[in-house]
Amino acid sequence: MTATLTPTTPGAARLHAAFARAKQEGRAAFIPFMTAGYPTAQAFPAVADALLGQADILEVGIPYSDPLGDGPTIQRASEQALAGGTSTRHTLALVRELRSRHDTPIVIMTYVNPIYAVGPREFMRLAQEAGVDGLILPDLPPDQDLEIADLAAEHGMAVTFLIAPTSTPARVKLVAEACTGFLYAVSVTGVTGTREGSALNEVPAMLALARQYARVPVAVGFGVKDAETAAQVAQVADGVVVGSAFINAVKAGQDVGALAASIREGCTQN
Amino acid sequence: MSLQLPTYPQPDERGRFGRFGGRYVPETLIPALDELQAAYTEARNDPAFLNELDRLLKDFVGRPSGLYLAQRLTEHAGGAKIYLKREDQNYTGAHKINNCLAQALLAKRMGKQRVIAETGAGQHGVASATAAALLGLECIVYMGAEDIRRQALNVFRMKLLGAEVREVTSGTSTLKDATNEAIRDWVTNVRDTFYILGSVVGPHPYPAMVRDFQSIIGEEVKVQHQALEGRAVPDAIVACVGGGSNAIGIFAPFAYLPEHERPLLIGTEAAGEGVESGKHAASVAGGRVGVLHGAMMYLLNDDEGQIVPPHSISAGLDYPGIGPEHCLYSETGVAQYVPVTDAQALDALQLLTRLEGIIPALETAHAIHAAVNLARTMRPDQTVVVNLSGRGDKDVAEVMRLLDLGREQDAAPAPRTPEVHA
Repeated sequence: MTATLTPTTPGAARLHAAFARAKQEGRAAFIPFMTAGYPTAQAFPAVADALLGQADILEVGIPYSDPLGDGPTIQRASEQALAGGTSTRHTLALVRELRSRHDTPIVIMTYVNPIYAVGPREFMRLAQEAGVDGLILPDLPPDQDLEIADLAAEHGMAVTFLIAPTSTPARVKLVAEACTGFLYAVSVTGVTGTREGSALNEVPAMLALARQYARVPVAVGFGVKDAETAAQVAQVADGVVVGSAFINAVKAGQDVGALAASIREGCTQN
Repeated sequence: MSLQLPTYPQPDERGRFGRFGGRYVPETLIPALDELQAAYTEARNDPAFLNELDRLLKDFVGRPSGLYLAQRLTEHAGGAKIYLKREDQNYTGAHKINNCLAQALLAKRMGKQRVIAETGAGQHGVASATAAALLGLECIVYMGAEDIRRQALNVFRMKLLGAEVREVTSGTSTLKDATNEAIRDWVTNVRDTFYILGSVVGPHPYPAMVRDFQSIIGEEVKVQHQALEGRAVPDAIVACVGGGSNAIGIFAPFAYLPEHERPLLIGTEAAGEGVESGKHAASVAGGRVGVLHGAMMYLLNDDEGQIVPPHSISAGLDYPGIGPEHCLYSETGVAQYVPVTDAQALDALQLLTRLEGIIPALETAHAIHAAVNLARTMRPDQTVVVNLSGRGDKDVAEVMRLLDLGREQDAAPAPRTPEVHA
């Protein structure tokens, strides 16, 4: 089965423009991630504002009870956000509020169960209303559910699927061709989270393979934690995703905006 | 070659039974699942693999397990004959060992020296640790903190067998969280690690593969029932369902018979304090379709898709979903799934113990309850086979605690009734 090619959507166009702008400035696009409703529903908008001040694209995670692809940092953040009452519909309301203040494209990271529970069509309608530009689906290989990508397109949004260092060339082709927003390359075999040292040696080969098939920008995430690792990734990728490092910063009461500015700086391409 | 693996209908090209199942997992795992599928397909046709599995099932596990006419239980019910398929006779005490040995052999064949497993009640963990010890593999078992408390004996067994037990404190600290953690470990160490999944859940090909490995239970029933009753097919089969591996093991060999030849198939779900109480683990009766651990299935989840923590007296049934093939059976009417409460299970455990001298696992007690009720409505020339999925050794401490609790409540001062003066 091959993935259905989706037409270009307003969301995809906005994402592609953000990558193009960053490139003009000699940078890989900087894509910070934050769990919606973290550390609290009240405090989240200020954290998001600080990230949006630096971001080319903001990735907002719907907190989920059983996040298979996440390490302990994001999992604990999800548990805390859920305990504070933030889940699917509330996340979309928070995004809607952010969009009223910011022009920066926003993508939603969600596991598929919240989409199925709300109902795929209803979920897409709510996401479109909130101003979401794209979806990142970490537990949805594109050949499992082609309808989700079509529904997202129908509602003006782009979809991002993931490849990993274990992906065979055939899988890379299938995933790359299904992406309409950007392609998300997972830097390591593993879950999200910052790691000791850098384990990014598999990235260049994976990206070379991905670029043979992808007609969209390619971003790299997992294990990128600071300006230095971002700089490494930026040499080969169109975008750099950083998540757990910001959760850790929030937890430690550090200045999230300053960390974001330093990582954005690190995204400079030589 | 004496052992053959059955050829029941396989899931479709996306790994689904009807609309259930699939592979909703991080892309990192897809190549590993493809590799597993290929290795399994090859192994199941290889006489060397089948002979080794056959030898171990006979000489190490002690198969075939008995099909035992429970005379006093039958008299108690006063209807159909009740037979017990004695999976409790297996080495390590439950049906879990069938699947673990097969998967561990497969791991070895694939050159993986490290195996991981998740466990709730500990039976799958003990079986995995046992198979790993037997075959010289490194074994890590993920177990929720709450289950570690409830199943101290099995935790010690695993450690004694050389396995490392990793305590999981995320989420509800039970089976679903242990499963999440095992999958995360697999995502991280996928290149050299084999995940021994304990039930007919998870991403394709696990539900079909575990079914095939467990179907020896039902295949033996055919032969044994033929010898005892002069016909291969009983009138009804009852088995408890958490993820559903013992149930599918005894159902599958009968589920694909033509409708008029098919026995009544009853799966018992853990209804905890009652489905209406919200404190239960009955995914068919009290759940709706969703995705967990890589598969679409009936699932306890709220209207925003968050998983609802399950509850059961039995750690092994304390799972918010039910295997995709069971979901299909339920949807198409091939099998029925009925809720049985904690209290009913605890009563059934004592009933079987006192009438037959067999202490069943708390999981199994759910099936005993339903089987007695069912037999009562049937004729004496009919038969009900209950899958006695495991023995109760692991549960006796918990049962003692629960019964003591009950006694304390009984001992509390009862509301005074007015004295009646003649």
